Amino acid sequence: MNPSLYQRLVTWCAGWGLPAWFFDAVWMVAMAAMVTVFVLVTVLVLVWVERKISADMQSRVGPNRVGGRFGPLQTVADTIKLLLKEDIFPSGADRVVFWLAPFVVFVPTLMVFMVLPFSGKWMVADLNLGVLFVVAVSAFPVIGLIMAGWSSNNKYAILGAMRAAAQGLSYEIPLVLSMVCVVVAAGSLRLGDIVSAQSGGRWFILRFPLQLAFLLYFITAMAEVNRVPFDLPEAESELVSGYHVEYSGMRFAFYFLSEFAHLFFVSAFCATLFLGAWEGPWLPPAVWFLVKSYAIVILIMWIRWTVPRLRIDQVMGFAWKLLVPLGLIAVLLTGLMKVRGLG
Amino acid sequence: MTQSLTPTEHVILNMGPQHPSTHGVLRLQLELEGEVVVGCRPIIGYLHRGIEKMAEARTYPQVLPYTDRLDYLSSSSNNMAYVQAVEKLLGVEAPERAQYLRVISLELNRIASHLVFVATFANDLAATTVFLYGIREREMIMDLFEMWAGARLTQSWIRIGGVAQDIPDGFVDQAREFCRLLPKRLEEYDRILTGNRIFRARTEGVGILPPDLGLDYGASGPTLRGSGVAFDIRRSEPYEAYPALDFEIATQPTCDCLGRYLVRMEEMRQSVRIIEQCLDRLPEGEVTAKVGRTIRPPAGEAYGRVESPRGEFGCYVVSDGSPQPVRVRFRAPSFFHLGVLPQMVQGWKVGDVVAILGSIDIVLGEVDR
Repeated sequence: MNPSLYQRLVTWCAGWGLPAWFFDAVWMVAMAAMVTVFVLVTVLVLVWVERKISADMQSRVGPNRVGGRFGPLQTVADTIKLLLKEDIFPSGADRVVFWLAPFVVFVPTLMVFMVLPFSGKWMVADLNLGVLFVVAVSAFPVIGLIMAGWSSNNKYAILGAMRAAAQGLSYEIPLVLSMVCVVVAAGSLRLGDIVSAQSGGRWFILRFPLQLAFLLYFITAMAEVNRVPFDLPEAESELVSGYHVEYSGMRFAFYFLSEFAHLFFVSAFCATLFLGAWEGPWLPPAVWFLVKSYAIVILIMWIRWTVPRLRIDQVMGFAWKLLVPLGLIAVLLTGLMKVRGLG
Repeated sequence: MTQSLTPTEHVILNMGPQHPSTHGVLRLQLELEGEVVVGCRPIIGYLHRGIEKMAEARTYPQVLPYTDRLDYLSSSSNNMAYVQAVEKLLGVEAPERAQYLRVISLELNRIASHLVFVATFANDLAATTVFLYGIREREMIMDLFEMWAGARLTQSWIRIGGVAQDIPDGFVDQAREFCRLLPKRLEEYDRILTGNRIFRARTEGVGILPPDLGLDYGASGPTLRGSGVAFDIRRSEPYEAYPALDFEIATQPTCDCLGRYLVRMEEMRQSVRIIEQCLDRLPEGEVTAKVGRTIRPPAGEAYGRVESPRGEFGCYVVSDGSPQPVRVRFRAPSFFHLGVLPQMVQGWKVGDVVAILGSIDIVLGEVDR
């Protein structure tokens, strides 16, 4: 947030005789609460948007009852239903791991929102290792998926978890390579610097070798959020619903929440890295940021409702035989451009 | 190196009887090595209703509605096979108008069934949107059925000696409108699905059924024609108005899932051709032959065979001269296709099992009876 506000509040607290660590703790909790609320609201909106978009593409109507003609409160009603459901542990499940897994998936998904630059002032923490932080933390949920698959005592779940691990780790590499291109071009890992390197309409997507990086990022991001054509860990028609097949009620809702939160995050991060984050005329910066993020989200949804699913060996082959070499080429090209001062 | 360094156990995965892609209550006992299928055992019987036994305690017309429940996606083919057998016993032939109407019914039902195939096959491969497109087009056929039979799925419209009643006003126009619309919609499917590279990658070369293996196992219909064997009962042993109609037998030489899919797509186009011809030539006259109030076929036996959307659907009826059949037996094509399935999925991955199972388009209603 606004550092001057932070400074003023610290001084104000000191005037009341409160130690700085106490204020920091309160500040952190407040920030965490704000991020959480933002994520929850975003997910509520996204679920509704997805249902409406898919309905439109499939010549259906979609939600049309709860809260008016366009069913805006449908997701709220669904959430209440999930809250009221019985909490079931499958027989033979490893109870501790089964209980823990949804949180291991959800918490990192929430954490990465900390570094998102909604505008020049609206940013929880502008870490000097921002990109690295994102890469490190967003690799974490895979562990949760394996925990879920393993602890469920279900063969579909373990197959889904295996697929999730294989796919998640393979696609991490081209994803990081595409980010490396941006980091090289901007000369910094700090997201604030990456955004300011794109100021004045010099968005990275418009600068030569970075279109390749954008493409790589976009494809791998779809794989990271397990969307069709890369939805193998869930694969409804094959593995019923993969690693979370045994989860119901609120535990299931956590996976659902993480999935949509992650979807929004990769889109928002894409806007940050390639589309100049909050840059844009007339509208306030935060609005521009949301517009760009939602545009990417809708693009991903569009693809999700159009194409079929790949097979596991095709998914892996695609990552290792095509995306990784392309990523290396993109890094090389970006480096050359940077050296020649054209980037 | 023939032996793996780390000894691994095979995993037995019970796919079904409750599973989104087994198209009913089928259980596939898969033996997996990682994701690769090394063994498959279809386990059936979850939908057994004893229809063949029940038929022995019913009069001939009373058996007819039970046949609807066999292959519930193409009830008129089932009706037709049974009616054909009984008519052979009786030595009756339906009036010409009824014969044309029966062909319209059979072909509309073929399209409806193939639309469900395209829809569910796409859904198995996660192309959910195509699923709803297929169902949307099928709805128009359901409306047509509702017009003439009152029922949408279980019609029992083809009766012993003819059809239940003549077509209502406006039917011909609505059917023509459908025939005009469907080819356009099929082009739409081609654009979204057939030409899709992911769809191709998932179906091309997957689930090979060599023609001789298919013949050995008694495969028929699009499953066999997808392996290049041009066997079609409408041509080899024509019934009803088929000899007078002009159509082509769709075949594909590729023996894979894509071939079976393409055969069905082409069959829908051919069915539209057949329906249009029937509507053009529909003769005037009666729609039922005189069969008497109580149907008592002379003692003997007869076999009716028709080309259902899934393959050769047969019905064997034995009569002892009483109003009730002594024995009714159905030959369901899906049963034979399920028999050859283990050989087709051998060595493929779990995701392919779903695609291959979808491509042979089974209906458990006729497998279990």
